Amino acid sequence: MKNLLVSSLAFTSGFVIMSLELLGGRLLAPYFGSSIYVWGSVITVFMLALSAGYLTGGWLSLFNPSLKRFSLIFFSSAATLYPLAMITEPVMERVFEAFTDPRWGSLVAALVLFALPTFILGLISPYAVRLLVVNVDRAGNTAGNLYFVSTIGSALGTLATSFYFVLWFQMDTIIFLLSGMLLVLGFVSWMAARSR
Amino acid sequence: MKRSAAMLVTLAALVITSPLQGRIIHREQSLYQTILVDDTGSRRCLQFSVRRDQRNQSCIDLKHPEQMVFTYTQMMMAGLLLAPDPKNILIIGLGGGTLPLALNALLPEALIDIVEIDAVVVRVAEEYFGFQSSEHLQVFETDGRIFTKRAIMRHDQYDLIILDAFNGDYIPEHLMTREYLQETRTLLGSKGTLVANTFSQSRLYDHESVTYASVFGDYFNFKQYPSSNRIILVSMAGLPTVDVLKARATRWRDRLRAYRIPIHNYPDRMSRTIDWDRDARVLTDQYAPANLLRSRNRHR
Repeated sequence: MKNLLVSSLAFTSGFVIMSLELLGGRLLAPYFGSSIYVWGSVITVFMLALSAGYLTGGWLSLFNPSLKRFSLIFFSSAATLYPLAMITEPVMERVFEAFTDPRWGSLVAALVLFALPTFILGLISPYAVRLLVVNVDRAGNTAGNLYFVSTIGSALGTLATSFYFVLWFQMDTIIFLLSGMLLVLGFVSWMAARSR
Repeated sequence: MKRSAAMLVTLAALVITSPLQGRIIHREQSLYQTILVDDTGSRRCLQFSVRRDQRNQSCIDLKHPEQMVFTYTQMMMAGLLLAPDPKNILIIGLGGGTLPLALNALLPEALIDIVEIDAVVVRVAEEYFGFQSSEHLQVFETDGRIFTKRAIMRHDQYDLIILDAFNGDYIPEHLMTREYLQETRTLLGSKGTLVANTFSQSRLYDHESVTYASVFGDYFNFKQYPSSNRIILVSMAGLPTVDVLKARATRWRDRLRAYRIPIHNYPDRMSRTIDWDRDARVLTDQYAPANLLRSRNRHR
């Protein structure tokens, strides 16, 4: 049961990360164009933020790891994702005024907008490994299973967003939905931790 | 017997295909697209795709380089009926440079700014299509949306803006949203004219039409056989009457003859009738799946 829960949480984090990354490139287009350097900026920021998140998530798992604390990561990722819809315009406007070169402009804007939520989403994977590992012999197997579900989540997040979500919803709505998904899963793991 | 029949078939195939299959004299991959320059007889074309069924972006007749080969390029000159004497002109999308060169020759005093994102297109236009920038004809190698935002910050204004950024293969979606058109409207001031070369087919036609209407209200919708393009003409000073258009067409008629532009035919074809689905969703920065909508058929 715990296995299924933690796996679906890892799946969702993978889904949200890639959905957000695709939206990131789109959100920047009105101010910085949609050229390859915009995607370069977005991907760079996501990779940096995720690497910092992995490092920190692994470190956090050293101190009394629990489902309850895990759910707090989800609450905070939902909380940092939700305001994106409100702050993108003013942030991009200021960065646009400060940086004439759209390469640096898009990099700075991506950093300000996406680094924090992506960092928090990066905490999830290593923390999930710690929650599921029972003994050292099976640690690699457990980690492999988790990479599998979270990367499948990433693939589906990419596909769903680029094929369908952009055709059905406003971008703000998609961000709202992603944030809602994280919030709901945070509650589920919070409740699961309490009933234990 | 069999062999001669086969030869006949081959020969026939050659005869049939050769006028279509031009000679590719230059091929270059840019950051954004594959650029081909192709010579067929005396016609030289700039293409943005390897696929043969894609329409040519821009062509010139090497024997008569001033003549406009394509109907849609000619149609865009209808902008002169709304802005008879533009002093500042902005063109988004260079292509082969046919349009800016013609406007420069017709209006030597006008200052023309051209925005082209692809540096390779600029170089190819210079090397193969006789395009030359000058004091009155300046090229800016940047994204059209970025240029527009910067121009607003400089408080620039243009009497005539020509939006020709859609080459048919991939649409830059951030140049087809309500917000972008609102920014363009700011550059037009209270009297400017906008000419946009857009699509007349697919579901995108409805979405694009309502998006223009949401920003500009009434506009001229200009379609002409055999072109599959639709030209949108907007005037911030209000649309002129057919009589005014005709009077201006008469004044331009002789000067445009060298370019083979039948401008006197245009006023009657510039329609104000709404022939699109008014319930289609407006394209915005938040909702801009133009390329996906383009692959959908219209409902009606």
